[in-house]
Amino acid sequence: MTQKQKNLLIRILIAAAFFAPLFLISEGLAPVRLPPAALVTLFLVPYLLSGHDILRKALRGIKNRKPFDENFLMAVATIGAIALGEYAEGAAVMILYQVGELFQSYAVGKSRRNIAALMDIRPDYANIETESGALERVAPDEIPVGGIIVIQPGEKVPLDGVVIEGASSLNAAALTGESALRNVAPGDEILSGCVNMDGALKVRTTKEFDESTASKILDLVENASTRKSKSEAFIARFARVYTPFVCYAALALALFPPLFSVLAGAAPRWGDWIFRACTFLVISCPCALVISIPLSFFAGIGGASRRGILIKGANYLETLSQVRVIAFDKTGTVTKGSFSVTGIHHNSMDKGALLEYAALAECASSHPVSRSLRDAHGKPLDRSRVTGIRERGGEGVTADVDGVAVAVGNEKLMERLNLPYKSCHCAGTILHMGVGGAYGGHIVVSDELKEHSADAVRELRKAGVRKVVMLTGDAQAVAERVAAELGAVDYRAGLLPADKVTCAEELLDACGKNERFAFVGDGINDAPVLSRADVGIAMGALGSDAAIEAADVVLMDDDPLKIPEAIRIARKCMRIVRENLFFTLSVKAACLILAAFGVANMWLAIAADVGVMVLAVLNAMRCLMVEKL
Amino acid sequence: MKKTYKIEVDCANCANLMEDAAKKTEGVKDCSVSFMALKMKVEFEDGADAAEVMRRVRDNCRKVEDDCEIYL
Repeated sequence: MTQKQKNLLIRILIAAAFFAPLFLISEGLAPVRLPPAALVTLFLVPYLLSGHDILRKALRGIKNRKPFDENFLMAVATIGAIALGEYAEGAAVMILYQVGELFQSYAVGKSRRNIAALMDIRPDYANIETESGALERVAPDEIPVGGIIVIQPGEKVPLDGVVIEGASSLNAAALTGESALRNVAPGDEILSGCVNMDGALKVRTTKEFDESTASKILDLVENASTRKSKSEAFIARFARVYTPFVCYAALALALFPPLFSVLAGAAPRWGDWIFRACTFLVISCPCALVISIPLSFFAGIGGASRRGILIKGANYLETLSQVRVIAFDKTGTVTKGSFSVTGIHHNSMDKGALLEYAALAECASSHPVSRSLRDAHGKPLDRSRVTGIRERGGEGVTADVDGVAVAVGNEKLMERLNLPYKSCHCAGTILHMGVGGAYGGHIVVSDELKEHSADAVRELRKAGVRKVVMLTGDAQAVAERVAAELGAVDYRAGLLPADKVTCAEELLDACGKNERFAFVGDGINDAPVLSRADVGIAMGALGSDAAIEAADVVLMDDDPLKIPEAIRIARKCMRIVRENLFFTLSVKAACLILAAFGVANMWLAIAADVGVMVLAVLNAMRCLMVEKL
Repeated sequence: MKKTYKIEVDCANCANLMEDAAKKTEGVKDCSVSFMALKMKVEFEDGADAAEVMRRVRDNCRKVEDDCEIYL
């Protein structure tokens, strides 16, 4: 609690302690009797004690000519009650109003801190080595680019940089939401916000503090709440008309019914109607309505960032919840973007032996396909077994392995060597093998799906996404295979970057009225499509500035399962926003109606006002709970 | 030109009122106040002097909510 809140709490407690015995006396429940004049004077003590600042602010409000200031309305309502002889009620309403204010300020402060703690990736200090060899803690923004810092086990990496000494493993859970360890050694780049687990590291920084990953992410999430959603705009507009409306209604309630009664020849009952009007004024404060909406979005964005999903604004959270059509890029988004051996067919010898021949023949090449052969072989290669390596441009490689003539390459190479090859129906890169002058079979090398890609498509469909389309620049056959593996999704193959934008526009047009279109890409070459879509989602953005720049939602790790998760988080958050809107509006409306008919008194009005705010705030905090979505 | 300022304000509706007041200030093109993050993001008109405009913004905000603060 801040000092301000503590002071208010003490004032409320003292006022309540004063109020309780007076209330019992005035209700005739205590054995003591006091003359009415004394009672009024005594009731003013807790009233002024709890509400003196409200009264002061009300006076200032009048001076500034803003009639619908809530302090002013509160003052009018309570003074009205006291003037009508309802001293207990006037004092109680003031005390309860302050309880509500205190709770609101406490709850908001607490949720601010909770969310800030969730995003606790801001490093507090960096260690530099002094000349004597001791470590000194300095503020991270004092370290220049190229400065040398030391990171001890258990400490956060304060700035992006390159390891120059030491080895350790890093935990990037604070950035990605998944606790996975990554081993680092000299030469590796590391990102701020990770936690150093085992060994001390010496790092040369590559970015200033403000440009480092951790600062950028925090900045992004903190600024997200300034991009407002439609719901927030709605409630702000509503609040603007709500208070004047209730005030005029109060005025009408105080004047018209008694005047009509007089005209009709009945008793006007002024006191009764003015009291009802005062009750209206108590309900006129829009704060309970207004607070729960931004709080829900703030909590939702905070909770999502904890799962490695950065949402750049409350408006995108809203859009995300309505996504019904999704298009995504293939390479790097649903596939790993690296090659691996996926099949060996028509082999005349043992698969392992064939692979070994292929790996040895290709051992001098650094092409990704050659690397995939070595990875698939998986054992160290004795390069002295290979002689006479000849690269045949556009065809492949020939070499002698253990004195056997080996040829690895495409169909052209086989034709030139007069080897009767068998063509393959698989999509991907086909490596035909000639071994010792005969056809030895072929090896299929292709880009693999990510582990969770197919699951992600299934989850998306389960979440109500009615159309999933893959857009790729790759060949038809490759696209067809990947689309089938993903679970029969639509695809458009052979697209140039400009074609992707055209496709995205077609899909945008195909969306219904309340349907939104999302595009998922790797953020580097998909920027035009990312910005064209209703909501652009960038994948695997850890450390990529371009992606953070272009996309509206950034997934920090490579996992496609985070796409349906982001949609589920957005839906939950929107559900809570709608619950709060409906709940607060209907309680306020009910109170107004009951007060107009004289059923609700001020007690009920203020209790409903405070109660509805407490519940709305608690409900909003549920947006933080995203772990099991 | 856009700048972000730290602010201090007690209630959500007051933050909305501050936003309205800032938007109506001369030299301000657009403004967004986040009550949760306690930040005010101001987009200035071309050629406006940010420091001077912000003094006016603060005065106008004080008129609608007298115990608010904008840290310039």
